[in-house]
Amino acid sequence: MAVTFTLNGKSVTLDADPDMPLLWAVRDEIGLTGSKFGCGMAQCGACTMHVEGEPVRSCSTPLAAVEGQKVTTIEGLAGKVAKAVETAWIKHEVAQCGYCQSGQIMSAVALLSSNRKPSDGDIDEAMQGNICRCATYVRIRAAIHDAARTLA
Amino acid sequence: MTEQTPISRPGSLADAKMPKASRRRFLQGAGAASLGLVVGFHWAPRNAAAMTGRPEMLTAFIRIAPDNTVTVLSKHLEMGQGSYTGLATIVAEELDADWAQIRAEGAPADAKLYANLAFGTVQGTGGSTAIANSWDQLRKAGATARAMLVAAAAQQWKVPAGEITVARGVLSHKSGKKASFGQLAAAAAQQTPPADVTLKDPAKFQYIGKKVARLDAVAKSTGKAQYALDVRLPGMATALVQRAPLFGGKVKSFDAAAAKAVPGVLDVVQISNGVAVVAKNFWAAKLGREALQVEWDDSAAEKRGSEQIMAEYKELARQPGLPARKDGDVDAAFAGAAKIIEATYDFPYLAHAPMEPLDCVVKLDGDGCEIWAGDQFQTIDQMNAARVLGLKPEQVKINTLYAGGSFGRRANIVSDYIVEGAEIAKAYGKAPVRLVWTREDDIQGGRYRPMYHHTLKAAIDAQGNITAWQHRIVGQSILAGTPFEAVMVKNGIDHTSVEGAANLPYAIPNMSVELHTTKVGVPVLWWRSVGSTHTAFATEVFLDEIAAATRQDPVALRRKLLAKHPRHLGVLNLAAEKAGWGKPLAKGRMRGVAVHESFSSFVAEVAEVVLQPDGSWKVDRVVAAVDCGIPINPDIIRAQVESGIGFGLSATIKPGLSLTDGRVDQSNFHDYEVLRIHEMPKIEVHIVPSKEKPTGIGEPGTPPVAPAVANALMSGTRQVFRALPLPEAVKSA
Repeated sequence: MAVTFTLNGKSVTLDADPDMPLLWAVRDEIGLTGSKFGCGMAQCGACTMHVEGEPVRSCSTPLAAVEGQKVTTIEGLAGKVAKAVETAWIKHEVAQCGYCQSGQIMSAVALLSSNRKPSDGDIDEAMQGNICRCATYVRIRAAIHDAARTLA
Repeated sequence: MTEQTPISRPGSLADAKMPKASRRRFLQGAGAASLGLVVGFHWAPRNAAAMTGRPEMLTAFIRIAPDNTVTVLSKHLEMGQGSYTGLATIVAEELDADWAQIRAEGAPADAKLYANLAFGTVQGTGGSTAIANSWDQLRKAGATARAMLVAAAAQQWKVPAGEITVARGVLSHKSGKKASFGQLAAAAAQQTPPADVTLKDPAKFQYIGKKVARLDAVAKSTGKAQYALDVRLPGMATALVQRAPLFGGKVKSFDAAAAKAVPGVLDVVQISNGVAVVAKNFWAAKLGREALQVEWDDSAAEKRGSEQIMAEYKELARQPGLPARKDGDVDAAFAGAAKIIEATYDFPYLAHAPMEPLDCVVKLDGDGCEIWAGDQFQTIDQMNAARVLGLKPEQVKINTLYAGGSFGRRANIVSDYIVEGAEIAKAYGKAPVRLVWTREDDIQGGRYRPMYHHTLKAAIDAQGNITAWQHRIVGQSILAGTPFEAVMVKNGIDHTSVEGAANLPYAIPNMSVELHTTKVGVPVLWWRSVGSTHTAFATEVFLDEIAAATRQDPVALRRKLLAKHPRHLGVLNLAAEKAGWGKPLAKGRMRGVAVHESFSSFVAEVAEVVLQPDGSWKVDRVVAAVDCGIPINPDIIRAQVESGIGFGLSATIKPGLSLTDGRVDQSNFHDYEVLRIHEMPKIEVHIVPSKEKPTGIGEPGTPPVAPAVANALMSGTRQVFRALPLPEAVKSA
């Protein structure tokens, strides 16, 4: 069954198992590897993409569910908020192993897109679904606050 | 996994984990050249271009391209700990390069050029050794490359080498001649490396001790960093392996019909560790594996549960173990004690659970094999892959990519995931194969931090002094049964089981540390900070129990017992001062301290815990002080201590693994929980200034946090905490 959706601004049609998770469709069939596999059950957030601007766990989103939808991955991030987050991530040297950071950044961009001045509590709530085993959480928090300041 | 595995020279790998005294000797030996002296260079007679077969190499570690980029080949894996940046900083310093021109990439597997000097003849990363073993080597490499650039310029400009200056990647002469590294690189590579080089005076360091930008920050903030999971080769297939549900189980028979009927499944092959489903993509491989029918032979499998195993450990702990340390006369001291304090401490199995589960890509061609992995034990993996493929090690090329975390998991002596990948690629035979472990495979796949039981007993005299200390540890050996047992297990003592306990620094006249090594079929492995993950907790919490029983302040007691250990004292005093030790706290707030040396680095942490009226509690703040010798990159040191604290705190508050009838009860992050952002405390890291040779910082931040938190809770609640994880809720004081 063919599924058509918009990926990073371009229309794509995939003839693949409609139950295939969006993550693996994008990684294996399309070849964009910035979104990572961490758990396969929406527990860790490494696979986070935006669907219609909302953060979703693509490892647990069937391909069929994004028919006709706009999907954005780390490779397609653009705009003021994305730039502010990326800049803050580099400045604070958030990443250690870096594997979870695409997902962290996708969640942070979604948070700042809807809340320009998040409190620590807002950050906890928005970022709780993204695990970092290097525990870079101190710097994730600092980078989000910093990005918020540059967007103010 | 026996005779084919490389055995390093006696005592060599042991250097990574050896007792303090011999480790210190090793460090002195490796670093006999003191700062600023003229030192020899062991491969001086031949240049690197000839050694590496790559004409562009100035030394085995440095390549300068005509585009003026300087690439440092890292013999160590970058798994988040900042090794690429730290190692490149040492080179850039001696080379007088501009930081902006510096790049880093993984070195190929080659024990002759890239052995970890702390591991003898093995190329690998672990034991927080990357900086320590590379310090002299890379300073010399940088200085050598600089001298070759200067010699090339002197030749071209027909001026004395001594008149040439180098700064920020540019060579200059007073005549006005100037050239960049890139312009001189080709000519420099033709120079014979000097036999002796002069190292820079540390007073002139411009990068070491300052902040330089992490080399991987941009790639890792844009989704561009390449991990093994991201490798894409033409025709590449993806494989998942069905492994035995019990450790030690074997394939009896399997029915591949249903798996092969799944669209996209290409083949089903048996390997030594199970049955692999090879498919055109991950999803097909996963569906294929779900459809696969395997019958297991569990006759030799481990069938005990963790509760039963722990009960056996407790029974064993009643008997004396093998001596790991014996000072004075412990029995006499106990006989004459005014008071005896006893406690036991329990620790569960723990999975490493790096965010990138184990994975690798293996490509076979006519005369060799190429592997892509976040490879942590390059020459061991090369040897093991060669063995299963019937190749010579040099026919196996290893491409070391970034690893999405490891915490020790990727450094295993049997190369479990590399061997699986190689066996599947060989059995399938049609195309390159990418092996992926799912999270369930990772959590249930073994090689855990072992479960341990500790008993501690102290004799106290009438004045409240500790006159004897008896510490008994029961648990599996990480090294037993591996080829390293012969060199790293001495007199029945696996050093990794007792490190942090056998070298306890406290001034106690009579001391006995004993070990019972158990035989359990659950595979175990080193886990960030190894033995110190449990010994630091047992010793530091027990010391606070003694402090409470003898009405002494925990910091004052430690100061008294550490009088002859200035580096322990240095971090203890700094952490206590910065944390405001002794100052009153708001109601419901409590403080605890722990100090611990691991991998020749010293860390003290003060944890501040907030207790709610309902008994729930949270770690609000951790103040750490660290002494890891000359700080190469202070910001990476801070980052590693933050990370180590978060990693240790995860095991402090989250349940570990358990087994029922031999089966692991947990399977993914929903039931094997790890620390999340709302549980992360505020962290302050203070670095003790030092002129000592640099030591590691990837692991040493981890051990003190759990005991510091337990000690905080003990001080505020007057309860004892004798197992990890700590209870979610405690009774209010």
